[in-house]
Amino acid sequence: MSIKIALAGNPNSGKTTLFNGLTGSNQYVGNWPGVTVEKKEGRMKWDKEATLVDLPGIYSLSPYTLEEVVARNVLLGERPDAIINIVDGTNLERNLYLTTQILELGIPVVMAINMMDLVEKEGDKINTERLGKALGCKVVEISALKGTGVQEAAQAAIAAAKEKGGQRPIHKYEDKIETALNQIEARIGRSVSETEKRFYAVKLFERDSKIADSMTQIPNVEDIVSAVEAAMDDDAESIITGQRYAYIEKVIKDSYTKKRKTAMSTSDKIDRIVTNRILGLPIFAAVMFLVYYISMVTVGAALTDWVNGPLFEETILPGLADFFKTAGVAGWLSGLVIDGIVAGVGAVLGFVPQMLVLFICLAILEGCGYMARVAFVMDRVFRKFGLSGKSFIPMLVGVGCGVPAVMASRTIEADRDRKMTIMTTTFIPCGAKMPIVALIAGAIFDGNPWVTTSVYFVGVAAIVVSGIILKKTKMFAGDPAPFVMELPAYHIPTFGFVMRSMWERGWSFIKKAGTIILLSTIVVWFLSSFSFQGGLHMLDDVLEQNTSILASLGNLLAWIFIPLGFGTWQATVAALTGLVAKENVVGAFGILYGFAEVAEDGAEYWGQLAAAFTPAAGYAFLVFNLLCAPCFAAMGAIKREMNNTRWFWFAIGYQCVFAYLVALCVNQFWIFFAGGGFGIGTAAAMVIFVGFLYLLFRPAKEEKLPVHSRIGGAA
Amino acid sequence: MMRTLKEVKIGDTAVVSKIHGDGPVKRRIMDMGITKGTSIMVRKVAPLGDPMELSVRGYELSIRKADAEMIEVV
Repeated sequence: MSIKIALAGNPNSGKTTLFNGLTGSNQYVGNWPGVTVEKKEGRMKWDKEATLVDLPGIYSLSPYTLEEVVARNVLLGERPDAIINIVDGTNLERNLYLTTQILELGIPVVMAINMMDLVEKEGDKINTERLGKALGCKVVEISALKGTGVQEAAQAAIAAAKEKGGQRPIHKYEDKIETALNQIEARIGRSVSETEKRFYAVKLFERDSKIADSMTQIPNVEDIVSAVEAAMDDDAESIITGQRYAYIEKVIKDSYTKKRKTAMSTSDKIDRIVTNRILGLPIFAAVMFLVYYISMVTVGAALTDWVNGPLFEETILPGLADFFKTAGVAGWLSGLVIDGIVAGVGAVLGFVPQMLVLFICLAILEGCGYMARVAFVMDRVFRKFGLSGKSFIPMLVGVGCGVPAVMASRTIEADRDRKMTIMTTTFIPCGAKMPIVALIAGAIFDGNPWVTTSVYFVGVAAIVVSGIILKKTKMFAGDPAPFVMELPAYHIPTFGFVMRSMWERGWSFIKKAGTIILLSTIVVWFLSSFSFQGGLHMLDDVLEQNTSILASLGNLLAWIFIPLGFGTWQATVAALTGLVAKENVVGAFGILYGFAEVAEDGAEYWGQLAAAFTPAAGYAFLVFNLLCAPCFAAMGAIKREMNNTRWFWFAIGYQCVFAYLVALCVNQFWIFFAGGGFGIGTAAAMVIFVGFLYLLFRPAKEEKLPVHSRIGGAA
Repeated sequence: MMRTLKEVKIGDTAVVSKIHGDGPVKRRIMDMGITKGTSIMVRKVAPLGDPMELSVRGYELSIRKADAEMIEVV
């Protein structure tokens, strides 16, 4: 008989550690359908018939956050046979709040009190027997980290699941509310089973906005609710929440003995320094520098260089070429495999070591509790642009490479903030865009250092402007995510947690490289190595590439870039090859100007480029390549993190349109201010500029009135 | 004059008398344990002046000043 057990608990309660302890390596990681919330399932170690579903870490079963809605849908829709509720023993009061809600579902619950070793170390005592009796569920003491009590919790849950038969919760509200709830239950009728009625009654009482989705007929209970609200002079949601906490206080008083403490805990002492008014920012800067330095400059870069150079270009590629030659494989096939697939996917996989190092750093920051402090310290700056304090990390990593930057956005819980970060983080000039900067600066601006410096300003400005504009659009409208965040106690992260976290993130990228990125590189390889001119045929020499399909495509599309000042087919093709990898732009120009091999900054053809580009057009070209859709690898990461086709295309579309408009303005205004006279282009640029100003300063329609004005009215 | 959590000095403790507002932010505040009658200690303010760090029901919580303004205290 197969049974399903759900694992529920607060964030930072040790849920992931317990899940790993209960399932071992038998795990399946994916996403809940249609949303970016991670879904984890696994077979229980002690009973292969039992599946364990890891619910998102939540504080409540309210209808407001994505994670909570996902958890509710599983609990109500899939009706697991039992629930393991993990509870942080060092933070019992708030953790039990979720427990009181879970107990109302009518599903057998086993409560696992985690971190019991820490509770005992503090000298506190929890009377689990009394606690279990008060709440009406079995209570097991565990330490997920040390693995004690885990098996007992698993077996208790399996036994509870096999017994079947749900239970009514023991927890009672105040008489007035109990009467109201009973009245509501009577009105629900038979559409809901007896054991589930309590949950639905409470939700109807709270006027829960999403409960209707899981009910076939919804009774009207407004009269009952408003009568209680009038009698208690409070709104229904506050009444229920207040009552739950009052009940928990009572339960804890009976079963928890706290030793009087006067000294500060170690965690308090650490926090005192780390988020200190004066030291907070320097420490933050130092930590960020360290993360960047380790993952992008030293260890990470060394690993990536090794994979790309000695391993890839010097071993695998020549080895494959030799193999194909001796095996007598057809030229086009070996071209496809070596120049297309292996080179393309290889370029992407080359980022993997760097990413893994970064993910280790992020896992350590998350595991030790500093990540929450990052949001705490930086929130004030970033929320003005619709971003979160945690957006700083993706942007910083973006200086090195956009791919891990986009993936680092996963540490941002709030859905809106995360999407906004994903959309804007590749505006930061990454390492691969630097050759383009060097090319333009060298060829057109005599190596003026201001060109290089300015691209960073352009990138940051693009993020700020986009943040403000997007925040006001329909896609991002609605209530801002409440920044009411737990600051977990500091502790040393375990080796297992760090490794697992790193590998899960890294693996999801590697899988992406094997699918979407693989396909894209094949298409681009085909376009650039075949030609239509004189019948479809494969090109023999790189220098012939200016007759390739890609070149024809460039000719066809070049007119689009005329208002930007670089409407030549060479510039268009170069920008197109930038989609594979930004550093390709320099090489592509080289080929188009007749050089098979060029230096990293393309110094060989600086003269030709200077002749083809005016300074205005050159800078516009730079800006366009800086801001438009990133390379395929980064796009793959965006697709992965958005986990939604519509959002993916919205992101890419926004980046391209934004880049186009900004580059157009740069070119046209530059010409105008350099004394080029007023033309249609200038007028168009003026219109676009005014449009930007409007989008920036228009009032946000969907946003509610600021809180203080509402309170001000009442005071 | 009504006093809100925003005005409580660092290191001081106050007791919640009412929570204003509605919707997700209010529910979230309550879900995290700030309900009528809860005593809250203001531990510190972030280096840039916002948000603030509270000690409530035995754990640490951070909350923006704009949201703290919704919480009436005595």
